[in-house]
Amino acid sequence: MGAPTTRFLLNRDEVRVDLPAGTVLLDVLRRERGLTGTKEGCREGDCGACMVLLGEPLDGVIRYRAVNSCLLPLGDAAGRHVVTIEGLRTSALSPAQRAFVEDGATQCGFCTPGFIVSLAGFLLSAPHLTVDAARDALAGNICRCTGYVSIRRALHRICAALPDRGSPGAPDRLHGLIAGGWIPEHFAEAAARLRTMGGTAVAAPAVTGPLVAGGTDLFVQRAAELLDAAPTFLSRRRELQGIRLEQAVCLIGAATTWSDLEDSPLLRGLLPGIEGHLRLAASRPIRHRATVAGNLVNASPIGDLSILLLALGTFVRLSGRGGARELPLRALFTGYKQLALQDGELVTEVGFDAPPEGAVFSFEKVSRRRHLDIASVNSAMLAVARAGRIESMSLSAGGVAPVPLHLSRASAFLAGAPLDAATLRAAMAVAQEEIAPISDVRGSAGYKRSLLGRLLTAHFLRLAPELEAGLLP
Amino acid sequence: MNHHEAVLHVRGEARFVDDEPTPAGTLHAAVVTSPTAHGRLLGIDAGEAERLPGVRAILTCRDVPGKNQVGTIIPDEPLLAEAAVHYLGQPVALVVADSDAQARRAARAVHVPVEPLPPEFDARAANARGELIFPQRTFARGDVDSAWAACAVVVAGRAETGAQEHVYLETQGAVAIPGEGGTLRLLSATQAPTAVQRVVAGVLGVPMHRVEVEVRRLGGGFGGKEDQATPWAGLAALGAWCTGRPVKLVLRRQEDMRWTGKRHPYSSDFRIGLDRDGRILAYEVFFYQNAGATADLSPAILERTLFHATNAYFIPHVRATAASCRTNLPSNTAFRGFGGPQAMFVLEAAIARAAAEMGLEPAEIQRRNLLREGEEFPYGMRMASSALTRCWTEAETRYDLPAIRRRAAEFNDAHRLEKQGVAVMPVCFGISFTNTVLNQAGALVHVHTDGSVSVSTGAVEMGQGTAPKLRQVAAATLGIDPERVRIDSTSTSRVASTSPTAASTGPDMNGHATRLAGEAILARLREVAARRLAVADAATIGIRAGQVHVLGRPAGFSWAELVGAAYAERVSLSAHAHYATPRIHFDKATGRGEPFAYHACGVAIVEATVDVLRGECRIDAVRVVHDAGHSIDPLVDRGQVEGGLLQGIGWMTMEEVLHLPSGGVATDTLTTYKVPDLYAAPDEVEVHFLEPGGEPAGIMGAKAVGEPPLMYGIGAFFAVHAAIRAARPGTDTHFVAPLSAERILAALSEPS
Ligand SMILES: Cc1cc2nc3c(=O)[nH]c(=O)nc-3n(C[C@H](O)[C@H](O)[C@H](O)COP(=O)(O)OP(=O)(O)OC[C@H]3O[C@@H](n4cnc5c(N)ncnc54)[C@H](O)[C@@H]3O)c2cc1C
Ligand code: FES
Ligand code: FES
Repeated sequence: MGAPTTRFLLNRDEVRVDLPAGTVLLDVLRRERGLTGTKEGCREGDCGACMVLLGEPLDGVIRYRAVNSCLLPLGDAAGRHVVTIEGLRTSALSPAQRAFVEDGATQCGFCTPGFIVSLAGFLLSAPHLTVDAARDALAGNICRCTGYVSIRRALHRICAALPDRGSPGAPDRLHGLIAGGWIPEHFAEAAARLRTMGGTAVAAPAVTGPLVAGGTDLFVQRAAELLDAAPTFLSRRRELQGIRLEQAVCLIGAATTWSDLEDSPLLRGLLPGIEGHLRLAASRPIRHRATVAGNLVNASPIGDLSILLLALGTFVRLSGRGGARELPLRALFTGYKQLALQDGELVTEVGFDAPPEGAVFSFEKVSRRRHLDIASVNSAMLAVARAGRIESMSLSAGGVAPVPLHLSRASAFLAGAPLDAATLRAAMAVAQEEIAPISDVRGSAGYKRSLLGRLLTAHFLRLAPELEAGLLP
Repeated sequence: MNHHEAVLHVRGEARFVDDEPTPAGTLHAAVVTSPTAHGRLLGIDAGEAERLPGVRAILTCRDVPGKNQVGTIIPDEPLLAEAAVHYLGQPVALVVADSDAQARRAARAVHVPVEPLPPEFDARAANARGELIFPQRTFARGDVDSAWAACAVVVAGRAETGAQEHVYLETQGAVAIPGEGGTLRLLSATQAPTAVQRVVAGVLGVPMHRVEVEVRRLGGGFGGKEDQATPWAGLAALGAWCTGRPVKLVLRRQEDMRWTGKRHPYSSDFRIGLDRDGRILAYEVFFYQNAGATADLSPAILERTLFHATNAYFIPHVRATAASCRTNLPSNTAFRGFGGPQAMFVLEAAIARAAAEMGLEPAEIQRRNLLREGEEFPYGMRMASSALTRCWTEAETRYDLPAIRRRAAEFNDAHRLEKQGVAVMPVCFGISFTNTVLNQAGALVHVHTDGSVSVSTGAVEMGQGTAPKLRQVAAATLGIDPERVRIDSTSTSRVASTSPTAASTGPDMNGHATRLAGEAILARLREVAARRLAVADAATIGIRAGQVHVLGRPAGFSWAELVGAAYAERVSLSAHAHYATPRIHFDKATGRGEPFAYHACGVAIVEATVDVLRGECRIDAVRVVHDAGHSIDPLVDRGQVEGGLLQGIGWMTMEEVLHLPSGGVATDTLTTYKVPDLYAAPDEVEVHFLEPGGEPAGIMGAKAVGEPPLMYGIGAFFAVHAAIRAARPGTDTHFVAPLSAERILAALSEPS
């Protein structure tokens, strides 16, 4: 099979690469282009050594985001601007690089290019240039040498020295960064160059090859197969992205990324604290790519978004050869990694009713490491209680069954019941009967059982803090 | 400051093995490994693999021209398996192909039929069956058996620490490039270039002078590339030798995690006896070290376990015994601390249990038994200084330990769902290779005619800051600006017969060798200057800030001019020097001697919070007073403390190697094996360096700092342990590390 030609802007150069569109960009950079500043540490999104910036033209400007090149298919670079550590070099060190040097934030240096690229992504695209956001932007980069303390020192120094802000993507942010020597000048011309390159803005393809959304599950699990496939890249499908409210129903495009959810004022308003919950999943660079539908269709019993959306009573909209249809999310999961999805069927949208006034939404996740880790058990609750009575209750739990589980029986048990400790404890016993955890690297079955009990307690404490004494084990 | 290196790092210009441009025609290798933990090898079926595209060679032990052996301390490790396989992942064959994808595809197509034999994974069971790598060893002093009678309190128990995966961010790898006349050049990611050279020469059956090993830098080593870089270099060399083409072999993360060894898991039994005042009178411990399938560095690691059985405490009656148990796991290996951390954990567990029994704070027992100046270690060496007790006092007052405790107690009174715990962790670590022979180093210094200087030593730069320290030493010796000095890559052709860069000794020993070489050149240059300046006594001449001084006054004669003059006079501007650490000796038969040049020590105060509902823990703060002597590079040393500390915290709280029933590694990716991330670093890390007190130290009065800080991490276990006890008074937690969320929840759920 003759490989198609992919054209994109790589640092300062327009390049053409004749390799399968499913080749991960890391291999293109290191092997084809000799850009060895980008490192390979794991090939599965867990170390950040391979970080690059992916710039997508959007409304006349380029939106740059740090992404893991080990999970980024070449086809998704077409018509875009890819910036590696080599493309961040200027003759002098940037203030960020200088801070890393002066604060001793590098030891062996293998992780360092990844950190510098993540930082550049933060500077270019973070909605708010705070130390807290900077830390989250870098939390997908693992360093085994420094213990991060010196990196944190450098971050503080950098954030204190930041140029005048401006909103991400806006020309004033970009020019401020160039003027301050934070990024090289070639960034200023990139938008125009992408426009003149033209023709590479891929037309929406017919749904043929495997669907790749963010690729953050696919390229971990099936990178070799995707080499020989002709994938369809959903990140090009603008109509599959976005978050809107229609008649009190929140509708989210299937290819909306987790970071778009995180940054959405609409969603933050509907589900207070949602950005904190989402931050517990993966890392910011992974969330720049990972999509809503990808998490559902991957059907991991422990998927964080699946669990969040299950508790919200979400429905999914599908489109396939047989036309469009709608399904409650919980009907989508039929068995371990089994879905009620027909061959070639596309998830187009998910939706849920905006939670009513006074609803309590709660998400809990316990993993071996608090961030950038898959949960041992996760759980969500959407509940409304008034005047000592539970009006509605929806509970979900991951890691305790072959599928992301809606705790339907426990939820039904509580709906309409009095809000007291004895009832809540009884509901926990009901929940124990609808789960069937197994032992694996994320914990023993017994641990997962007792952990779910603890997480349900945490939900209930949020719903009724006054019941603490009666609820605690 | 690690300035030169760091600039390359932040610009992405620093090259690691896999980044080096390779010659045209370079082939790629992939390894076929045993699918079974233990069994008889019934053959190797490569028929299908040979026919796959791009495959150039499939090599087995029969293709080894020399000795099929990579074991260094004990020759018990074949490069490629012969008749038997002893762990899942043991190299069996090597595939060489045009691309690494082709090589890996072909490697998967090689079938390795094995007649399975029962595997053993448990150290105690292996010991019971007499499966020891070498006979068990005992270090003893006093009379433990009769000391128990005098004790007011005697407690016993079991303590376990798990394996720890190195997760050097750069995986193992090497490139072998055949040269003319049957020579071979290797770029290897190794801490031990000479060991690689020796083993490769043996494998190929050629003299060592035909093999050159070069190392520019490592993307982390931590001990994992001390012995275990060698097999991969050996395989790349074999591939290159048999095909006549350059061969690259770089492991993928998952391969590395499956096939290479970790920090040894230990399971230990302890018994400790104290008098009514909390003075430790007797301590008995038995360490079961899970060595894995071959010796590797286990004998040396076990010896250091015994040396550090009493850590920072004076205990009059001690008996420490250790058994290195052979199991069917990948051979475990060096990891920062080298058996010391495992030993120290057990004693801290014993102290924690004794404290609980006596109703004391563990820190009370720790403080009362701290080694004082002049007191003797069980191996006969004396504590040469008061540094340890000074570290303790300094930590207690500088950080106000009573206030820290008060805050934790107040917090615990005010919170039901979260509890805090505080622990103090003293560390006293011997500096030197315990194998005396290894305590030697070499350096080659060239002064070039333009006055620039290059230094080669046996030390490998892996992020620990050897290069900037050597640059300082060379510059200080010659009296010039460090900017004039460049530290070259480590090459067996420039400096031979080197010891591994390990045991925290890299900057020390290689620094001394650099100093000696510099001094030799300096002596010649003084003579030249004396002649030029017509000064009678060359000894009155010195060089400072790049200027020649006579009797301390500038003579208007610059370093560059002096170098030019020396060259014109045909005076040698190069020198090689050798350094052997003086005094040290150890008699293995009596278990006594002076095995260390000095001790490095310090004290950490660790604060942790446990989420009583969810069983999660957070290490909030670590405050350290560390004795680095006269630090040559405080920024580098601070980085070593901070980095070692977090590795130790990871080992104690989250990093857990799990195995499948087959003996394969279940946690073979960074998705399932978790090392600390940016969020896991304690919010507060304070490091204060102890004012040096003029005791024995290393080069320029500095003390080695690579390993000791890791052991502060042990304090994290005991701080969490204390928090659990605050939540459930009376629970006697099990001393099993890592204290993961699962174990914490189990402890919190135990009926008290
Ligand atoms: C380092 C790392 C950390 C992670 N951490 C977490 C975590 O903490 N929590 C968590 O839940 N997950 C985590 N993940 C998993 C992953 O990021 C999520 O599941 C993500 O949502 C997958 O989305 P994607 O767009 O990348 O999916 P892809 O990999 O592109 O696709 C996954 C599957 O969905 C299909 N698909 C995608 N879109 C559609 C569509 N619109 N219609 C039909 N089929 C579709 C694909 O064909 C494929 O089968 C992590 C992954 C990595 C690499
Ligand atoms: S290589 Fe580790 S995240 Fe890509
Ligand atoms: S400096 Fe070595 S991994 Fe970060």
